[in-house]
Amino acid sequence: MARMTMIEAIRDALDVAMGQDPGVVVFGEDVGYFGGVFRCTAGLQAKYGKTRCFDTPINESGIVGAGIGMAAYGLKPVVEIQFADYVYPAYDQIVSEAARLRYRSAGQFTCPMVIRMPTGGGIFGGQTHSQSPEALFTHVTGLKTVVPSNPQDAKGLLLSAIADPDPVIFLEPKRLYNGPFDGHHDRPVAPWKTHELAEVPEGVHTVPLGRAALRRAGQAVTVLTYGTMVHVALAATAESGVDAEVIDLRTLLPLDMETIVTSVRKTGRCMVLHEATLTSGFGAELAALVQAECFWHLEAPIRRVTGWDTPYPHTHEWSYFPGPARVAEALRQLVEVD
Amino acid sequence: MPATDPDAPLPPLSLTVPEPEVRPGGQPDFSHVVIPRAGTVRRPEVDADPEAIRDLAFTIIRVLNREGEAVGPWAEALDQTPEDLLTGLRHMMTLRIYDARMLNAQRQQKTSFYMQHLGEEAISCGFQRALAPGDMNFPTYRQAGLLIAAGYPVSLMMNQVFGNAEDPMRGRQLPVMYSSKEHGFFTISGNLATQYIQAVGWAMASAISGDRRIAAAWIGDGSTAESDFHAALVFASTYKAPVVLNVVNNQWAISTFQGIARGGSGTFAARGLGFGIPSLRVDGNDYLAVMAVARWAAERARRNLGPTMIEYVTYRAGGHSTSDDPSAYRPAEESNAWPLGDPILRLKNHLIALGVWSDERHAQTEAEILATITAEQKRAEAIGTLHHGQHPSHADMFRDVYAEMPPHLLKQRHEAGF
Repeated sequence: MARMTMIEAIRDALDVAMGQDPGVVVFGEDVGYFGGVFRCTAGLQAKYGKTRCFDTPINESGIVGAGIGMAAYGLKPVVEIQFADYVYPAYDQIVSEAARLRYRSAGQFTCPMVIRMPTGGGIFGGQTHSQSPEALFTHVTGLKTVVPSNPQDAKGLLLSAIADPDPVIFLEPKRLYNGPFDGHHDRPVAPWKTHELAEVPEGVHTVPLGRAALRRAGQAVTVLTYGTMVHVALAATAESGVDAEVIDLRTLLPLDMETIVTSVRKTGRCMVLHEATLTSGFGAELAALVQAECFWHLEAPIRRVTGWDTPYPHTHEWSYFPGPARVAEALRQLVEVD
Repeated sequence: MPATDPDAPLPPLSLTVPEPEVRPGGQPDFSHVVIPRAGTVRRPEVDADPEAIRDLAFTIIRVLNREGEAVGPWAEALDQTPEDLLTGLRHMMTLRIYDARMLNAQRQQKTSFYMQHLGEEAISCGFQRALAPGDMNFPTYRQAGLLIAAGYPVSLMMNQVFGNAEDPMRGRQLPVMYSSKEHGFFTISGNLATQYIQAVGWAMASAISGDRRIAAAWIGDGSTAESDFHAALVFASTYKAPVVLNVVNNQWAISTFQGIARGGSGTFAARGLGFGIPSLRVDGNDYLAVMAVARWAAERARRNLGPTMIEYVTYRAGGHSTSDDPSAYRPAEESNAWPLGDPILRLKNHLIALGVWSDERHAQTEAEILATITAEQKRAEAIGTLHHGQHPSHADMFRDVYAEMPPHLLKQRHEAGF
């Protein structure tokens, strides 16, 4: 075990995967010599050579398209999109190609590729460095979508994603790279080194895709969340005094319905919490599934707490971000409904 | 000359929208297509400095002359026997007859859709002869000759077109969107240009792995306007990927003439020059020229010299697909006016000139192929066509979305009753 930041945990996962399998190749913008703008690939080119870890032209469609060709050949590309906000030029390659190769070729060609990208806000990145586009991927069948919330899971989920036979979208909440951020932007930055989930097992360590984690057991309400908002939910729970059960979904697709249903049937109330905008967000899918599976156990309408339906603003970041005060207030309201 | 008044206002701006030379009702005119005589374009060594062969992107490499003779340096570099060429002729004839049968089957509503190759048979049939087992094509929907020349059974192609119980794609894909890994034929997308960069990635993977296999990318003139074309060229150029970048310029992108995608550039081949990629322009209706240029490019790839771009100058004699009526946007006689002739006729005449073929043998072979394909079609139709007979199980609709069916999909499959 070693204490790691999320960046170190991701780098460690890539290192383990590249050490294990010569077919694992890592590439993207600034990924090679420099090691990535967030340093997630630092040292990999020096260790594994520049045909296994290299810089690419600034062309996201090219990065993903080339990755698809490599995956179809038999390699295991792990590509980086510098910010999730930059993934849109690659969307056709992801939706029409990566997600469908297996299906349309009846299994002749497959696409075991991981597309990593920093996601979410909290860094004053404005509209081009803060978006949370997970719903654009969960809506696409053939893809798996993963969002870790801590270093231990980041390594374990990334190694599972690399081992997976299908394309995986791996969203890394960038505000969590260097510490567990609970939404209190006005307080000193907390480092990972004091957090128990920064304990990362050495060598091969996997967390299976499709399994949620219970972060706090509670009786009053279930909070379904992922990524940065897991930490915000925990802070809001403590501050609101509401005995909430906080579930870190970890994988959005496939989704751990068993954990969700068991919890909501127990608490009878449910909050869906994400940073991404509200309308047609992943929360809508969660709310629909919860009402279908838990309708007769619900004592209050399902409550969605999310980013507002505006582009991600710069100066207004902390009015946009669903921080602990908003979450706490919503929790209180949710338990007051008779 | 009066001095221009520097303060005088410029005329207002106006937008340029290119137009083809003629529209329906007009007289077809290809006088703007400059065609060098066969055999006159030089053949450089495969390791020639790309800067020294830029002129090859602006000419047309041709081998077969009007007399049916194979002439010039590109012909001399070919070492095929007359039997090889007879095989090539058979491939093209098979493709044309197959197309005619399937087109007819579509009109009889035995399938929903079809796309034929009429006039473009030499390109895919000829190119495939330059590849080796293990190489991979990333084709568009108008390169079925790659499959035929690679020995893929026509019966399987028919089963795919009819979407019947023996369809290798299990009824999931639009007709003609074939796939055969074993025959070096990547699954056709139908989205344009996406496969171009994938071919480059596949070729990069071969190089990363220290393999000997090469890739071939395919695109049409219209789709070169897609961003993925640019992506492919920049990646291929940067990493010197062992890939052949093929552009089939058949003059028409559905109803849009090639000038809309080409813009102010002289040729499509010239697109490669800005990337330092050796780029050749070839007579796409000349089976020998196609084969000669394909071999040159494939050799460059195999010798780790990097990518080559090839523009095939040809003409889409038929409609874009069965959903298209070309008489609405181009003169009906334009096809006959196309100056590069018919690829099958030209190879036939060459074989006759060589003394190994005759009109009688040609007619006889045509009848044989037609009989074979008709028999295959009967067998395929006996299994099923789009609306009749046996089809893949509807449970197949839910398979292969993922390697392992996730719970939510399994639930939907049960709900659907499959």
